[in-house]
Amino acid sequence: MTNPAGRFGNHGGQYIPETLMNAVIELEEAYNRYRDDPGFKKELETLFNEYAGRPSRLYFAEKMTEDLGGAKIYLKREDLNHTGAHKINNVLGQALLAKKMGKTRLIAETGAGQHGVATATAAALMGMECVVFMGEEDTVRQALNVYRMKLLGAEVVPVRSGTATLKDAVSEAMREWTSRISDTHYCLGSVMGPHPFPTIVRDFQSVISREIKEEMLKKEGRLPDAVLACVGGGSNAIGSFYNFIDDREVRLIGCEAAGRGVDTFETAATIATGRPGIFHGMKSYFCQDEFGQIAPVYSISAGLDYPGIGPEHAWLHDTKRAEYVAVTDEEAVSAFEYLARTEGIIPAIESAHAVAHAIKIAPDMDKDRIIVITLSGRGDKDCAAIARYRGEDIHE
Amino acid sequence: MSNIYRAFENGKAFIPFITCGDPDLDTTERVVLEAVKNGADLIELGIPFSDPTAEGPVIQGANVRALRGGATTDRIFSLVRRIRQHTDTPMVFMTYANVVFSYGPDRFIGSCRDMGIDGLILPDLPYEEKDEFLPECHEHGVDLISFIAPTSENRIAMIAGEAEGFLYIVSSLGVTGQRNEIKTDIASIVKTVRENTDIPCAVGFGISAPEQAKRMASLSDGAIVGSAIIRIIEEYGKDSPSHVGEYVRQMKEAVMSAD
Repeated sequence: MTNPAGRFGNHGGQYIPETLMNAVIELEEAYNRYRDDPGFKKELETLFNEYAGRPSRLYFAEKMTEDLGGAKIYLKREDLNHTGAHKINNVLGQALLAKKMGKTRLIAETGAGQHGVATATAAALMGMECVVFMGEEDTVRQALNVYRMKLLGAEVVPVRSGTATLKDAVSEAMREWTSRISDTHYCLGSVMGPHPFPTIVRDFQSVISREIKEEMLKKEGRLPDAVLACVGGGSNAIGSFYNFIDDREVRLIGCEAAGRGVDTFETAATIATGRPGIFHGMKSYFCQDEFGQIAPVYSISAGLDYPGIGPEHAWLHDTKRAEYVAVTDEEAVSAFEYLARTEGIIPAIESAHAVAHAIKIAPDMDKDRIIVITLSGRGDKDCAAIARYRGEDIHE
Repeated sequence: MSNIYRAFENGKAFIPFITCGDPDLDTTERVVLEAVKNGADLIELGIPFSDPTAEGPVIQGANVRALRGGATTDRIFSLVRRIRQHTDTPMVFMTYANVVFSYGPDRFIGSCRDMGIDGLILPDLPYEEKDEFLPECHEHGVDLISFIAPTSENRIAMIAGEAEGFLYIVSSLGVTGQRNEIKTDIASIVKTVRENTDIPCAVGFGISAPEQAKRMASLSDGAIVGSAIIRIIEEYGKDSPSHVGEYVRQMKEAVMSAD
């Protein structure tokens, strides 16, 4: 699926400064050494199970299913993981790998703060130093997560350049990495950036689809008809899709953030509005203007507020193996409220984008059809922002 | 082969970097011509990019100002055509891969040849990815400049062996911007380069003072300065051409004294 240069079709690659080349080569070599090493796998599995609380539940959402009156809906509860999101899967893998490589310091970018919190958590657990770059605007939107990271011993650096959101946090983390490589691992949070990151992050997140498959076969004796996940960079989505890619009968649906709509400039839906480009170390689809300047994107969700998409998603789109749909702020907020009322589960606003699309398609599907929605994270962090969106000001 | 070799025929070379359109394109035109008049051997013209990941705060600021001021690839191409009516000093573009990719590599690089741009410097296009644009560069006779970094180590021979135009030696880890001290062993990098190629090499990143430029030029074939010039432009705006000219004169004098 990926050739030696880290390509997914035309996408992927290693478009980074020469200063970082030996660092990514060293990372690739270390990953190749450890990925199938029984000791490493055992250690990671123990961390997944004993520390992160895996396997996560595959929950039959009976009330939602009845209410929508169509396909059976299951929720993959990544929100129940330690730190409250799927991000911990990737972070534990990368931190363990970094430790094996002799690195003593982790740096990371974060949008909503979930990846930053997960990285700070792993750093605390493994006794590593941690610096998290976060767009200044996001530090305001997600103040609680900033506090959590500091509590966990991380330094949080507000990024003021550009649009002061996720893409600028990535740029700043890359800049930091070029200035300090020997003791530092860049713990990239999504299936993006230069090779080998899209592959490494996918592999660590693929536990999601492995578990969905096992549990589904146990519960239903068959595979689901559709798997839905939200897509920013696309790590929980690729994790949810990966073990189904060869099962052609399973529809894979990625839900992008349309913001105020794909026909407005206030959107972050890359597949819907972007075109091929080269940015942040990879060739993929990006929201950009006619001269290749990266567009300032927008979504109510800080975690999906990114102008690109991981290269493997770009390839799944090109080959039509996966479908990508755009979900607006309004639809996501309604789904956030809907799931809270219907199932007593408050999803992350990111994950609510996938819930919103399920609400659209489930009623038209037969009752013997099965949909799995990955709830990538929990929504506690979003309550203040959603309240604001609905015109209510609450203080955390 | 382009005209870049001529930049290294006047003793040690001084290479200023200027972001096009900061603060406006007319000022850039005057700054470039003043730099040429005062001894610049090769001009690195920056096409601004929204997210310049290899740049420190000073050049990031220039990129923001230029884009806000309305600089686009097409307008910069017109600027270069105007400048070319007044000088035959070698010039190269410094920008990011997406600017070339989105314009269409053949259209962009073909335009470079037509307007008299000799080379292309793309900090996010390492050796492994240079085939992205190399066929078009060769077709149109535009040199694709390669970087060597303090971390290149075992890669230096491979990069130098296929380098064209000149080699851009990155003096320090990190992004562009002034530094008090350059600790990298430039001499040993240059030694490896010399064992693998005859093309000239110039040192950039972190150089601002004449003494630093002189030392870097003594170890190589020239010095590249960006942030220090951008700061002058930032400070003096439309009045910056004469100030940049004076700075270039001092720096060219400094690198010449390294011979």
